[in-house]
Amino acid sequence: MSAVLDPHGHTHDDHHDHHAPTGWRRWVYATNHKDIGTLYLLFAFTMLMVGGVLALLIRAELFQPGLQLVNPELFNQLTTMHGLIMVFGAIMPGFVGFANWMIPLQIGASDMAFARMNNFSFWLLIPAGLMIMGSFFMPGGAPAAGWTLYAPLTLQMGPSMDVAIFALHILGASSIMGSINIIVTILNMRAPGMTLMKMPMFAWTWLITAYLLIAVMPVLAGAITMTLTDRHFGTSFFNPAAGGDPVMYQHIFWFFGHPEVYIMILPAFGIISQVVPAFARKRLFGYTSMVYATSSIAILSFVVWAHHMFTTGMPVTGQLFFMYATMLIAVPTAVKIFNWIATMWQGSMTFETPMLFAVGFIFVFTMGGFTGLILAMAPIDIQLQDTYYVVAHFHYVLVAGSLYAMFAGVYYWMPKWTGVMYNETRGKIHFWWSLIAFNITFFPMHFLGLAGMPRRYADYPMQFADFNALASVGGFAFGIAQVYFFFFIVLPCMMGKGEKAGQKPWEGAEGLEWQIPSPAPFHTFENPPKLDASASRIVG
Amino acid sequence: MMKSIAGKLASVAMGATAWLATAPLTVAYAVKVNDLPGGPAVNQLNLHPPVTKIAADQAWLHWFMLIVCSVIFVAVFAVMFYSIWKHRKSVGHKAATFHESVTVEIVWTVIPFIIVILMALPATKVIVAMKDTTNADLTIKATGMQWKWGYDYINGEGEGIGFLSALDSEHRALSNAGGPKADAPIDNYLLKVDNPLVVPVDKKIRIITTANDVIHAFMVPSFGIKQDAIPGFVRDTWFRAEKIGDYYGQCAELCGKEHAYMPIHVRVVSAENYSKWVGEEMKKIAAKADDPARVWALDEMVARGEKVYSANCQACHQANGKGAGPIKPLDGAAVVLDADKSRTISVLLNGQNNGAMPAWKQLSDTDIAAVITYTKNHWSNKTDQIVQPADVQSARK
Repeated sequence: MSAVLDPHGHTHDDHHDHHAPTGWRRWVYATNHKDIGTLYLLFAFTMLMVGGVLALLIRAELFQPGLQLVNPELFNQLTTMHGLIMVFGAIMPGFVGFANWMIPLQIGASDMAFARMNNFSFWLLIPAGLMIMGSFFMPGGAPAAGWTLYAPLTLQMGPSMDVAIFALHILGASSIMGSINIIVTILNMRAPGMTLMKMPMFAWTWLITAYLLIAVMPVLAGAITMTLTDRHFGTSFFNPAAGGDPVMYQHIFWFFGHPEVYIMILPAFGIISQVVPAFARKRLFGYTSMVYATSSIAILSFVVWAHHMFTTGMPVTGQLFFMYATMLIAVPTAVKIFNWIATMWQGSMTFETPMLFAVGFIFVFTMGGFTGLILAMAPIDIQLQDTYYVVAHFHYVLVAGSLYAMFAGVYYWMPKWTGVMYNETRGKIHFWWSLIAFNITFFPMHFLGLAGMPRRYADYPMQFADFNALASVGGFAFGIAQVYFFFFIVLPCMMGKGEKAGQKPWEGAEGLEWQIPSPAPFHTFENPPKLDASASRIVG
Repeated sequence: MMKSIAGKLASVAMGATAWLATAPLTVAYAVKVNDLPGGPAVNQLNLHPPVTKIAADQAWLHWFMLIVCSVIFVAVFAVMFYSIWKHRKSVGHKAATFHESVTVEIVWTVIPFIIVILMALPATKVIVAMKDTTNADLTIKATGMQWKWGYDYINGEGEGIGFLSALDSEHRALSNAGGPKADAPIDNYLLKVDNPLVVPVDKKIRIITTANDVIHAFMVPSFGIKQDAIPGFVRDTWFRAEKIGDYYGQCAELCGKEHAYMPIHVRVVSAENYSKWVGEEMKKIAAKADDPARVWALDEMVARGEKVYSANCQACHQANGKGAGPIKPLDGAAVVLDADKSRTISVLLNGQNNGAMPAWKQLSDTDIAAVITYTKNHWSNKTDQIVQPADVQSARK
């Protein structure tokens, strides 16, 4: 009787007059935050698989020097679409799914503020996703200018470029609506007594993320619209042949792109900040400083964008400013790591799968953080820019960061979503398998980058062969682990197979989501709950 | 001191990592292929051995950062794993209740702040040195194009030399055919070009980058340089190679389908060999140019002269040679018809009427001879006079 697949399993009978739609109508007309959250999560997972298949095609081609499977044109399409699909299709919608499911439950709201807009922002993803995937079948194939869509290469692309731009516009509109919904929900619909500074960290990180999204998605829309008019309407914003400036595109893109990086990691910080205290059986250390650290990261993220552009030939002062500003981000990030470790310190820890993923996140994400610090140093970046070192770095923070946090979140809240416990042994297998395969895939890439192997290369000198072969083997192992995750862990839970979960299956878990039955009833907090002083329990 | 520590750590840590990483997979390749000096080494674990001061500084900074970060990493996670080990429920540890301390928060905000500043200071010096492209001995323009590099020596010894540099076509074909066979490895696979860039050792070389089509990036890891080549814009970087040898790089900015196939090969040679190379290149350029000693036939000269005329003279003197307004006619003009060729040659080389007729000495001897011959034998002018390049050459003195 899971909330995911069966809305009528709940025991409330005070809604005989409320005919919740059933069948396909339930999902197409969905206005319930839980249903929409489920849709988002399933969409994100589907896209993760699609993007993963593209990644494995890339890794298969790179298994050996020489071209065996794809031609260079298709190879560039694969790297481009892998990036776009993972960033805009998997990671971002994934976190919105978490926000939909958990924010109303965590702050004691009955639903999201704008239920129909919520429906709209989800269903916009479908045409966008279809267009992005369909671009492979267009004349000339999918866009092949890299996910950053640098001009003037984009001006050489075929018609699929326009499709991708349109799809990104739609995804951007969806993100902006989602963000408005989240901000309004959090600011207006908290239960009495749930002050901002008592709000769970996940809600806090999403509040900040939503502001980032609203600030930068229009910037991306501007950049790609200018690309579109350059392509078709005779403008030349970025076309140097007519006086345009390709570097200006990069400035605009990264003014979006760098905050985007934090859009993809701040909600992850939020999930980790929920999971670690629950399994350490100890309150989150330094809640206030966590809020301030998150805000500082968000604000600093607006003034560091040109560290992606050290090799474009900036003046000395530009390089110095962006190097110092970037390195400063290490400070609030370090504060967060210290706070999590201090939360664990003197706790009473157990290591169920959510905690394993959380600890794995802290450990492996920090490696990505340190390589980020190394890359921030402009002189070193000159050597490493556009090499596999960068590829290793951002997969350490995006896969071992964002994706691991989502896994932690799925395992942590799965009992609440479905009413059954996942299989703990399988969860642990998934964790160790993913962790080992991930490191086999991406750790050798540091060496490749240091040795100067440029990224987005369909073929490479033979000296790079062994590390590439190793990475390819790891990549396939990692991919299979995620298929295992879906079929052997997620699917059984969604079908309600497994041990029944109690209202609060985790001994140390705190927060309003654990004050309602499992699975979460279709409607929750229809009347604002009365909260205790800590705003984490319902009294009466 | 840092270098010696770094060196020791390098040999131990990297040896171990390399073995661990590749032992199970030391398949056909690593056994057979050799390190490429100046290019990648087999299973190379760190930056290229530096050949310039900047690259050496970068390598130092990288070791410095790696060591500092590793120490912090080990220290922080030692605490975490100690806690994981000791503060478990299964060993009966009871959870404490503390959850905030302003003092602790300030301490662990200030300490990383100080560390970060200390990290950034040595980098600052290197950035300033990297960006100082003044006082170059030799300036070369590197033009990225889909998908090869064009090199033009624009200042210093060898000025005027220019050529294209593209990947060896056999390597490109081999890539399509599935790559080199494991039993026939190629050490410079995808790095072999037809015409390497040649530069003298121990000289400051300024590389100006630009591009014809999309953005490319000029990278030579051994020199510690990577500079985007941006169409419509010029950027620059520099290096002073301290060792003679061959050094390799590849395009480092996605530039379309053949992105992986536009390598960079820089050959650093001694000063004498460089002068010798420049001499040879200059001879090649001279060989391509018109031979000023050549004696031309009348119709050849007129045909050539017609092109020169339409490109340079026609705008004022008109296609019919009649001129217009203050522009003097050529058709039937006494100067043109004069049997003394030196009069027209002098007008072309020096101009006339205070520059109303400009000097055309920038044209080659052959072009000037051709255009004069043309004017002497076109329209109603039928003098049958030929001006040879040698006549112009001697008049230039």
